[in-house]
Amino acid sequence: MIEVEQLSKTYQVADKTPGFVGTFNHFFRRKTRDVQAVRDVSFTIERGEMVGFLGANGAGKTTTLKMLCGLIHPSAGKVHVAGYLPQRRQAAFLKQITLVMGQKQQLIWDLPPLDSLSVNAAVYGIGEKEARYRINELAEMLEIGEELTRPVRKLSLGQRMKAELLAALLHRPSVLFLDEPTLGLDVNAQARVRSFLADYNRRTGATVLLTSHYMADITALCSRVLLIHQGELIHDGALDALAASLSPFRQVRLELNSSASPEDFVGYGELEALDDRAVRLLVSRSELTVVVARLLANFDVLDLEVNDPPIDELIGSLFRKGRVV
Amino acid sequence: MKIAGLSWPVVRALLVSQHANMVQYRAEIALWALSGVLPFIMLSLWSQSDAGASFGFKGVGLARYYLSAFMVRQFSVVWVVFAFEEDALLGRLSPFLLQPLHPLWRYVAAHVAERVTRFPFSVGIAAIFFLLYPTSFWLPSLGQFLLAFLAILLAFSINFLLQSLIAALCFWSEKASALERLLLIPYLYCSGWLVPLAAFPDAARTASFWTPFPYLIDFPARVLAGLPVDLVAGFAAQLFWLTLLLPLVLMAWRAGVRRYTAMGA
Repeated sequence: MIEVEQLSKTYQVADKTPGFVGTFNHFFRRKTRDVQAVRDVSFTIERGEMVGFLGANGAGKTTTLKMLCGLIHPSAGKVHVAGYLPQRRQAAFLKQITLVMGQKQQLIWDLPPLDSLSVNAAVYGIGEKEARYRINELAEMLEIGEELTRPVRKLSLGQRMKAELLAALLHRPSVLFLDEPTLGLDVNAQARVRSFLADYNRRTGATVLLTSHYMADITALCSRVLLIHQGELIHDGALDALAASLSPFRQVRLELNSSASPEDFVGYGELEALDDRAVRLLVSRSELTVVVARLLANFDVLDLEVNDPPIDELIGSLFRKGRVV
Repeated sequence: MKIAGLSWPVVRALLVSQHANMVQYRAEIALWALSGVLPFIMLSLWSQSDAGASFGFKGVGLARYYLSAFMVRQFSVVWVVFAFEEDALLGRLSPFLLQPLHPLWRYVAAHVAERVTRFPFSVGIAAIFFLLYPTSFWLPSLGQFLLAFLAILLAFSINFLLQSLIAALCFWSEKASALERLLLIPYLYCSGWLVPLAAFPDAARTASFWTPFPYLIDFPARVLAGLPVDLVAGFAAQLFWLTLLLPLVLMAWRAGVRRYTAMGA
């Protein structure tokens, strides 16, 4: 459904030093430099897949999404979405896709969402009866009702996001590009949007590419993730595999029958935390079975749990360190 | 049939929603209508002298000219460059570009809807004008009205295309509206909004007729006021400018969209 081959995007940006001299020089001798926002990115996404797109701010996620939906032209490389070249923005292509950007809106600010929805229905050639049916169906899935008759400016952020999603999906697109769809929403609203997206994907078989700063969005919706760092794709695969590649350790949590001291755990891995009888260790994946056997043999263990470290912590540390896998 | 995504259901939906939107701004629109009374100020200045006669206007001709200039301006004023610039900078243009409808149609619909909302205010101001200058009252014949309607429609279209051409420069420069302000001076002087072109020296008047500006106010105002005017030459000039500007706008738009960086979006 989505084929991307060696996709690149280079922007030309003007540099200006601060102060009067900088302003003078900027006016008469403007210096520009090329910034490569996306470099040689390649991947394919099959029909019906939900894929998470991860990366720090400025990593190139949104630029890639904009190229995939045809909003901006690539500097190099090839893109095919649903069999079309996105940058041509043919009507048949535009009817198959949608782009939702958190905190950006297409709804008319001073009017109820229903007014904007009637324009969208007409633009996409959906008859009045069919439009009413689709609005009711999506409104039910999104748990939104009388808000559709209130001016957009009077809606809460969560209600507005739901109305934006309804507007973006009215034409039943088969490819969804979602850029931070839960940005700024409270925890309950985030959960409702997530559950809606999962439901929509299940019902329609739509292909979804989702960027989010909230790992909960990615872990709840996407089994596959793309990780982009400084414009380069550095991981394409299962979320679990990303955790394994980011961290060679697994987290072992113990609850002991009696108190222990840090010295007791020398030689068992890295002691992350010790709170009386609760212990948290980081153990090398290759030594995990041996270490767990030794822990069970040498301590009076009430409970034992082995986990991957939380993915958001791993990715966060990756971005902070500027590490590339 | 669809023209750049436009069909009858789209026209209807756009006009209904844009009219509802404009009604929300009725107080602002009333003020805009009121701010267009410059021709009346000019009339009050000229009426202190025998300027009307020296410009070739007989009797109440000058008063009718200025009222017509006011009405023409009310229904041909365009602000697409400002709206477009704001939408491009704030990222609101992006969703429009991703729908199977040329974004310029939305601005056309907004202007048409604004005219409908503005209509009662403009008529109210004209009524006050007639109370102040009762001798200048007239009602154009049906034929005169239809010709004036066509001339105003063409004037609006030329104005819209001129501004759309400048708006397309937003793809290159973030502040294209500054260029629009450059056009204000020749517009003020060459359109006939400040002073009828009949008042210009021959050379200046001839030079003005080589620009699109006289066909934005002077020509349609003369048609509406029933003043002597060369209809064939006027309509031919309006069609010439339309034919010239339309492909330029479409070319600039196509080239601009290739450069679009979706900033702010």
